[in-house]
Amino acid sequence: MSVHKSVRHDSALKHATGQALYIDDMPEPAGTLHAALVLSPVASGRLRKLDLTGAASMAGVVATFDAGDIPGRNSIAGPGKEEPLFAADRVEYVGQPLAIVVAATLDAARAGAARAVIEVEETDAILDIATALTRRAYVQAPSTLQRGDPEAALKTAPHTLSAEFSVGGQEHFYLEGQIAFAFPGEDDDLVVHSSTQHPTEVQHVCAQILGCDFNRVTAVVRRLGGGFGGKESNASWVAAAAALAAHRTGKPVKFRLPREIDMIATGKRHGFDYRYTVGFDDEGRVLALDAVLAADAGWSLDMTPGVIARALTHVDNAYWLPHVRAVGYACRTNKQSNTAFRGFGGPQGVVVMEDAIDRIARHLGRDADAVRALNFYDEKGDETPYGQKVEENHLPRVWSELKREASIERRRAEIAAFNKTCPVLKRGLGLFPLKFGISFNIPHMNQAGALVHVYTDGSIRLNHGGTEMGQGLFIKVAQVVAEVFKVDIERIRPTATSTAEVPNTSPTAASTGSDLNGWAAYEAADTIKQRMIAFAAGHFGADAGDIEFADNAVRIAKPGSNQVISFNELVKLCYLGRVSLSSTGYYRTPKIHWDGVAMRGRPFFYFSYGAAAAEVAIDTLTGESRVLRADLIQDCGSSLNPAIDLGQIEGAFVQGQGWFTCEELWWDAKGRLRTVGPSTYKIPGSRDAPAIFNVTLLDNAPSKEATIFRSKAVGEPPLLLATAVWTALKDAIASTASDRRGDDRTAVRLDAPATPERILAALATLKQ
Amino acid sequence: MTDRIRFILNDSPVEVADVSPMTTLLDWLRDSRGLKGTKEGCAEGDCGACTVVLEGGDGRREAINACIALLGQMDGRSVRTVEGLAGRDGAPHPVQTAMVDADATQCGFCTPGFVMSAYAFATGGEAADPGIIHDALAGNLCRCTGYRPIVEAMVKVAGLAPEPVSAPPARTASAAFDGTFFAPRSLADLLALRARHPEALLLAGGTDLGLLASRGRTPPKTVIHVAYVPELTAIDDGKDEIALGAAVPYVQATPVLVAAFPALRTYLARLGSRQIRTLGTIGGNIGTASPIGDMPPVLLALEARLKLVSLRGPRELPLEEFFLDYRKTALAPDEVIQSLTLPRLWPGEAFFCDKVSKRRDQDISTVAAAYRLRLKDGKIEEVRTGFGGMAATARRAPQVEAALLKGDFEGAARAVTRDFQPIDDWRGTAEYRLHVAANLLRRLALRVADPEIPVEVEAL
Repeated sequence: MSVHKSVRHDSALKHATGQALYIDDMPEPAGTLHAALVLSPVASGRLRKLDLTGAASMAGVVATFDAGDIPGRNSIAGPGKEEPLFAADRVEYVGQPLAIVVAATLDAARAGAARAVIEVEETDAILDIATALTRRAYVQAPSTLQRGDPEAALKTAPHTLSAEFSVGGQEHFYLEGQIAFAFPGEDDDLVVHSSTQHPTEVQHVCAQILGCDFNRVTAVVRRLGGGFGGKESNASWVAAAAALAAHRTGKPVKFRLPREIDMIATGKRHGFDYRYTVGFDDEGRVLALDAVLAADAGWSLDMTPGVIARALTHVDNAYWLPHVRAVGYACRTNKQSNTAFRGFGGPQGVVVMEDAIDRIARHLGRDADAVRALNFYDEKGDETPYGQKVEENHLPRVWSELKREASIERRRAEIAAFNKTCPVLKRGLGLFPLKFGISFNIPHMNQAGALVHVYTDGSIRLNHGGTEMGQGLFIKVAQVVAEVFKVDIERIRPTATSTAEVPNTSPTAASTGSDLNGWAAYEAADTIKQRMIAFAAGHFGADAGDIEFADNAVRIAKPGSNQVISFNELVKLCYLGRVSLSSTGYYRTPKIHWDGVAMRGRPFFYFSYGAAAAEVAIDTLTGESRVLRADLIQDCGSSLNPAIDLGQIEGAFVQGQGWFTCEELWWDAKGRLRTVGPSTYKIPGSRDAPAIFNVTLLDNAPSKEATIFRSKAVGEPPLLLATAVWTALKDAIASTASDRRGDDRTAVRLDAPATPERILAALATLKQ
Repeated sequence: MTDRIRFILNDSPVEVADVSPMTTLLDWLRDSRGLKGTKEGCAEGDCGACTVVLEGGDGRREAINACIALLGQMDGRSVRTVEGLAGRDGAPHPVQTAMVDADATQCGFCTPGFVMSAYAFATGGEAADPGIIHDALAGNLCRCTGYRPIVEAMVKVAGLAPEPVSAPPARTASAAFDGTFFAPRSLADLLALRARHPEALLLAGGTDLGLLASRGRTPPKTVIHVAYVPELTAIDDGKDEIALGAAVPYVQATPVLVAAFPALRTYLARLGSRQIRTLGTIGGNIGTASPIGDMPPVLLALEARLKLVSLRGPRELPLEEFFLDYRKTALAPDEVIQSLTLPRLWPGEAFFCDKVSKRRDQDISTVAAAYRLRLKDGKIEEVRTGFGGMAATARRAPQVEAALLKGDFEGAARAVTRDFQPIDDWRGTAEYRLHVAANLLRRLALRVADPEIPVEVEAL
């Protein structure tokens, strides 16, 4: 078997030896130009003057381009939406691109950009969610997800609680910054190498900016040095700016954003403010939830609608909510336009009920883990608020396995004892159950194509619409193809994603990479295989059903004789027999449908489940914290590649931990982002990962739906498992009140990121 | 007459011509030498994707950030990049194999930097202890893996037998590259240059100055590289005092300092990263006079004295009198810091220091505090403090000290607001700084009362 095996990442040795080529490492043809951006220095206003003559006169500068130089449409958004590549009139955030300076060297381009003269008539800027809500400044109308009658249910509920809290945004901090390298060709054709998760959008946006047909632009992606959602839409405008410069100068143009510019100019994870009221009975059973989720969309629409939809469809998380209303506001602020980030609103959705259950448990003096389990979806209530049946429910199973494997009961007692004796340090334990929906919320995006060639030497070339950004998609899909042909994985050559090979693709996002492209590649390979079988049947006079591929060979079973020929031999015979050894493959996810206005349907092909327990320690004097241990169980169905999936789970968890703890975006009063590099924006380092880190893939859990080899998606779900860290921190903080007052009933508001400062502030509120 | 920069790159001697000595090592490797394995992730010495290793004639291997190292600094050094790790037969280095076998690469962009940090660690004879491994990795960021497999690879390669290295080219006379990068080899030459070029920036390790060239893209016009002046690189580990040359890098100062002041072990391990501490110097940390430099609070508490020299002669100045205002010092345009002197602790004296930051490793302090106390029968007889992140410069806290002398820790905690009016920024609000500085004094009280009580999360 090639699948369900820990096959190593195809580029691992190249990564370790420095031989893996990223776009910045590509050989530069003679005459290659470099580019740098001119950015808005103010958050909101009218652009009165943009004088680039100083820039143009600098040594080495070849040209400057602003909105007026765009031959096509000055928009990087899809049809019907307007998001300018370069601001022409209004400026909407500090860091908004105004123009590009193209020069013989990168330093000359940057020096030129620094010489731009910009005059903006400043207008009042909206810099936070609260102000946007007050002014009803939205990038789209509020969305409501509702079931039943939450108002009535809240009125009759034995208990109700209301709370507010907020979570911050998150910088993607892909190690390789945004980059594109555009090569002009004849007849104004253009090839652009882009570090993008969405080659097709790069193609479309470049064509839109240049005013040409899509067939003139080819987007190519060999690998990304990390994406995490940050190179889904943002990579497109970077590529389009490079394309514009290449088109106008007739020279290859390399355009790389330095880290500081990357962080200033590009969107991030949406921060959210929350307000909710929850009603429940004496045992902690939730009867109704009324919640407001207000997202900081930044200045433009970007992918905010999808993020809001996913947040709303994940408010329930693992819990049956008989009556619920969740309203999502997409607040327009004069900041970077927030965008996709691993989890895509899901993490911002599930925190509502996690916070609510903690408060319920403390209010009733009950065990929060038990209250969680009490509210899990089960046979009695098994339909989500948006009308999808909760099938293949692994929640009870992952929960009991987690509690057993992580010795939760014993450790709760140990921690309580420790907290009683240690005056300064407090420990806390937090559990989290996960249900995460897999598929793009927009049904039409759930399609994929692949292209497989079998050459006459028996080697196989694989291409598909998914991009390789470290997640191991190329090796997983290669495993699928090897499995179809029953050949060694070494024969399969995954190749750079290209809009010229597989057109009209969806972004590699929403965890769907291997689900979609795995099936598409399967279909392509199987088409070729069926042709080979049909040919062999005729050639050898056998029944098609008696021809079997195995171990790089083909067995032709005939009455009285078994003939075995090598895969290579059959390939050669097929070629001589004039059989096509190349095929496309296509897949569309079945069963899904979605009404985005009513917020009802079956948006997800299936659910992924998981559970996490995190133990933390806090310093009550400084607010510093540390994750001592994490135990995770993640449902990957029948994993295509357990080693790759393990890496995804661990990496996602630590990334989520960073979002909840140390990663803080900080804008000053003028709307300038001041955390613009790793010296000021702190992602977790090796010491921050849980000191004890136990991760298991849920075993013996093949997907019930017909996913590729019964595997499940893994990219995003485990990021949400880090919610356990946030819950554990609240547990540790609350322990200071219970130690002092002798009760466990004090709930804690802890906004994320839970920096030392926020933890200390939360501790201070308990003392009052 | 101009000299050529000469050094060893991946076992081969190189001589640099027609490239500015102010070029960063990273740009030169990638653009002039076509060695693309070393990556730019941040251009500010914080992500480690550009990590390369300096190899000393004595067999030492130390990681540095190529993005903030200037080419002129490499003169006389021996540099190894990820491309130079393969064996003669082209086989990958055991460190590379270990990273591959542990599934420690995902997107791969940070990997060459991790490989180089791992190489320096592995050949340095250190134990496969998780704490040491995290120290070794503190200067490298990975956004994909969550680090567990990288740490696993590090465990496997710990204690690799180092291979002999070729000795770097020796240079004895002062050198000048391109007429802008001066590398004196004697104090006399240094002082003469300093008098002649008061506009020149003094370059010691360059871990701050290098940012001008890397992130800022406007390298200094003239620098005087002080790293090879014997008087500035001497360590005098005396009976009563320790004298450290201003250009002694942290990596060399650390053993001496930790032996004298054990509380600095953790503190110095959290100062920058190994990459930073290979080149960074205490003299540089003082000279830049940053309000959030990690060393000034410690040195204030330890009653450091500076020796400043110029052609006019030497003078000595207490460190307290050196910091005038935000990034303003008492250093005259023709002067250099030659060394600093620290009195050792007397019997009965104790030294404590703390740093609070958003992330444990490789972060700039929000607040730093240091205290030297003379205790007799549990009573504080003498005290000196140093606080960072609380004012425009690192400063002592007189009212806090007065309260401590009365044995009133709670009073000292409350006195913080009288001594300091800090500002809000991305590292913390003024309110938090005041709160946490006061609480650090409460932590001090606990430490003095009972050193066994765990007061740091790292202790668990």
